[in-house]
Amino acid sequence: MNRQLTYAQSIAEALVQGMEQDPNVFVFGLGVDDYKGIFGTTRAAFEKFGKARVFDAPASEGALTGVAIGAALNGKRPVLVHARNDFMFLALDQLINNAAKWKYTYNGKSTVPFVTRGIIGKGWGQGPTHSQSIQSIFAHFPGLVVAMPSNAYDIKGIILQSLKVDCPVVILEHRSLYDIKAEVPQNPYTVDFGKANVVREGSDVTIVASSLMVFESLKAADVVARDGIQVEVIDPVTIQPLDEKTILRSVAKTGRLICADTSWLRCGFSAEVAAVVAENIPQALKAPVKRIGFPECPSPVSKALEDVFFPSYRDIVSAIYAVAGKEPGVDIPNLQVVDSFKGPY
Amino acid sequence: MDNQRDLLSLMLKIRKAEEKIVEVYARDQKMRTPTHLSIGQEAVAAALAVALLPGDQVFTGHRCHAAYLAKNGDYEGFFAELCGRASGVSAGRAGSAHLTDPSVGIYSSPILGATIPVAVGAALSFEMDQKKDIAVAVFGDATVEEGVFAESVNFAVTKKLPVLFVCENNLYSTHSPLSVRQPPSPIFERVRMNEFPTEQVDGNDVLKVYEAFRTAIKYIRYCRMPFFVECLTYRVREHVGPLHDYDRGYRTKEEVDQWLGKCPIARLSKTLFDEKIMTHTEIDKEEEKWAQMADDAYTKALQSPWPDALSMTEHVY
Ligand SMILES: Cc1ncc(C[n+]2csc(CCOP(=O)(O)OP(=O)(O)O)c2C)c(N)n1
Ligand SMILES: [Mg+2]
Repeated sequence: MNRQLTYAQSIAEALVQGMEQDPNVFVFGLGVDDYKGIFGTTRAAFEKFGKARVFDAPASEGALTGVAIGAALNGKRPVLVHARNDFMFLALDQLINNAAKWKYTYNGKSTVPFVTRGIIGKGWGQGPTHSQSIQSIFAHFPGLVVAMPSNAYDIKGIILQSLKVDCPVVILEHRSLYDIKAEVPQNPYTVDFGKANVVREGSDVTIVASSLMVFESLKAADVVARDGIQVEVIDPVTIQPLDEKTILRSVAKTGRLICADTSWLRCGFSAEVAAVVAENIPQALKAPVKRIGFPECPSPVSKALEDVFFPSYRDIVSAIYAVAGKEPGVDIPNLQVVDSFKGPY
Repeated sequence: MDNQRDLLSLMLKIRKAEEKIVEVYARDQKMRTPTHLSIGQEAVAAALAVALLPGDQVFTGHRCHAAYLAKNGDYEGFFAELCGRASGVSAGRAGSAHLTDPSVGIYSSPILGATIPVAVGAALSFEMDQKKDIAVAVFGDATVEEGVFAESVNFAVTKKLPVLFVCENNLYSTHSPLSVRQPPSPIFERVRMNEFPTEQVDGNDVLKVYEAFRTAIKYIRYCRMPFFVECLTYRVREHVGPLHDYDRGYRTKEEVDQWLGKCPIARLSKTLFDEKIMTHTEIDKEEEKWAQMADDAYTKALQSPWPDALSMTEHVY
């Protein structure tokens, strides 16, 4: 078997290789140089390049983002890391009002290419302010690339691609993916923005899934395959730019669409995918679109509520039967839950 | 001073609750909520609670157990909240880092700095209503690095609002020492440039902290101006979780031991004994009382029902 890395190991390798390729790349943020090194993702870079290029920072997310912009417009390639994407709310002014429109407003004369990594939390009662998934905000405003890689191969290529392009990039990494392995080539490579992966082919139902939901969708596809339903799973990799073509081609074939996102439905990525299909090929739909996401409330702490709050393959299985217009012919098995928080925290 | 017994009792209330957490957190895995312990830092919350009046409001962050318990937060509601049960103070929705009970005037939220302007807003409302109440913002040394701290301080002094800013300086932000985050001058001296009184106190000497708060609160209540107190203290356990972490490289066992020698509870106990205010037996009894109550509250929490899934979408709007 070829070399397997976990998602976290793949990030660590990408950062090291990106820094080897370009001396202007540096990594900063709260705790990037500590012994835990952002769940192991920044430790290797720190050990290799030291504190001149991998350094800790004060708890000042807004300023740090502006600092990244200022360094970027002078040729640096900052990678700013947030241990939770929820902390990026403090960086929004800089990200949206400055970074996203910098190149456009100055007519392309000045660019601010830098990378912001934010981690999506889930489980172990991380609760209302530490287990949100805030991709739709970034994707709403033109000017930011928003990537949500779902596997160890894509995350490495996306990071290395982000360190080459001309624009600011937001990468949202789901913590529950961190321990999942995939084949990752040793040599540096890039993964294109705006190019979706068809991670499973099928003819009956299309699922467009973001981040962790790709994983959940694949499990759901396995379950319903026992009942003869063939599911196609599409991973957009970046939600901005969005590979509309691949999505439309698939839905034109299957006639059934489920959008599975790691966040709320309203004005979210799942709504966007549904709109793309409704605007372009409404006649292809044989059933109403189904969306999977958080219920309409903040994320609660209690295990009893977490269990119903976070959607899983079970919800996707039900949605598949609904859009396929079938009664479940098999019981939904208890598959191992993806929850890298085994506790204690 | 007549409040010494209260100070000891409140510190023990906090310590025994957290020692219970240490005992059961990893073993039972029933408290599924990231937990920031205040062991070693109890003096600040206890002194604050004794110095405040019941109508005053306290706003704090992720490390909120001590402030919640000292401000008359309910033991049973606390343990049930950590265990995610319906009888928790927020019915299991909030967990360890959002301990909030409006009935005793304690509010918490763990995004750094998030509750500092909220405290200022509470003080604004007290002024508008010509009340004598005051608001308190409690936060760590790293939280002054957030822009919202400077903005809140500026608003409070410009509008002459009755806010007590309490900085628990425990020298670290997670694993990052103060020296990599801020210039070497003391925090309280930098904040003094905002033109209201600021001071620094040994945060592990509960009697000194109490005196500092009493003076500050008197000033705030009658002069209607903010006041800032920096309490020098130390977190004994890991940043989040129940374990010790002096073997992880970011601090030394010697440093931890040195601060363990300054334990606020041991120091006050010695004073109370030396001055013949309490006997050893009385002190032990007080400790056993809280230990027993923590035990009972935890046992009761585990027997309490889970929140009903149907309740999950209540109270959104
Ligand atoms: C805006 C924001 N950034 C980062 C964090 C993650 N975080 C939680 S606690 C903490 C350390 C805070 O240090 P300090 O304010 O000194 O309080 P202490 O933990 O030492 O009590 C950090 C960085 C957060 N909760 N909110
Ligand atoms: Mg601190």
